[in-house]
Amino acid sequence: MYVLIVGAGKVGWNLARELIEKKNEVTLIEADQRRYQTVEEELEHAVQYGDGSELWVLERAGIERADMVIAVTGDDEDNILICQVAREKYGVERVISRCNNPRNLQHFELLGIKPVVSATDLILRLIEHEVPKYGLVHLLDLPTERLEIIEIEVSPGSAADGQMVKDLGLPDGSLVISILRDGTGFVPLADSVVEAGDEVLLVLDTGLEEKITQRFGANGAP
Amino acid sequence: MFVLICGCGRVGSTVAKTMLSEGHQVSVLDEDPEAIALLERGETRSWEDMGGQFTVGTALESDALVEAGIERADAFIASTDGDNTNLVIAQIAQRRYGVSRVVVRVLDPARSDWYAAQGLMTVCPTKTAIELLEVAVREESSA
Repeated sequence: MYVLIVGAGKVGWNLARELIEKKNEVTLIEADQRRYQTVEEELEHAVQYGDGSELWVLERAGIERADMVIAVTGDDEDNILICQVAREKYGVERVISRCNNPRNLQHFELLGIKPVVSATDLILRLIEHEVPKYGLVHLLDLPTERLEIIEIEVSPGSAADGQMVKDLGLPDGSLVISILRDGTGFVPLADSVVEAGDEVLLVLDTGLEEKITQRFGANGAP
Repeated sequence: MFVLICGCGRVGSTVAKTMLSEGHQVSVLDEDPEAIALLERGETRSWEDMGGQFTVGTALESDALVEAGIERADAFIASTDGDNTNLVIAQIAQRRYGVSRVVVRVLDPARSDWYAAQGLMTVCPTKTAIELLEVAVREESSA
């Protein structure tokens, strides 16, 4: 696979190194001359000096035959532009972009650039996973489809505690898909009973978390 | 007409002053609070007293764009010093906020041409300079 990486910062350099090790052909593009020289000592001809948002620089690096373009510069507007021209001008089928400021994620989405990797966002999600708010963890978000899969712990004395799945009183647009108990999981039937301490996986329409939390959470209405 | 200008350098500030003097509503957004000085240079009144609006903020931040009035803008000019920033915010203005008239300054002729072909109204000062220089040289040599 021929991979073009723009931005030889820590992420770009290490990605290039790993991909070369896995027998891919890689070209790394770096706009800062000093950084370029440092990286060139190790990667030699696999790194090129230039502004990767300039079309001729991308063309010199062979973007037309690239199987994948990865934009990992420190500027989101550059990453957006690089991915946009890679896909729309040069027909590169796979692009991956880094998003430095999570507030800019909406711009990537607006311009149809995906997948987008945001370190800040990833860490925030990990924090949520480690320290779940109301015991609710997002496992998968599909914003375009307006669906999500969540995991929630059943609090003792909550509305759900001791109820059969069919009697949980869940809002329309939500469905229990699995119950995790004592280290194993099972797909419940309508008459499976939910117990305090269970972790329940649900698929639901975006925006229903609060209603779900009310049924499973500690202060849930009876 | 309500005109929003992002980037208050030599170009942005001059266009802003012209538009204001022609009776349009003009809002200017720049990340440098000192940039307002360019709007007030040679004037006796402040930019706001003249009826202009000035917002300090980064054009990529939606909050700043909204504060500067993008939701009611009839025209949007992207004239920051970064080609990529201009091209991204122009597309945001067009696609997210539906601004009907969007003009982008792009210094790089190659990016200017390609984005123009994609439907953005680009203005490339580099290309203009090249054309004028070539004409000037030809006139000189034929004189």
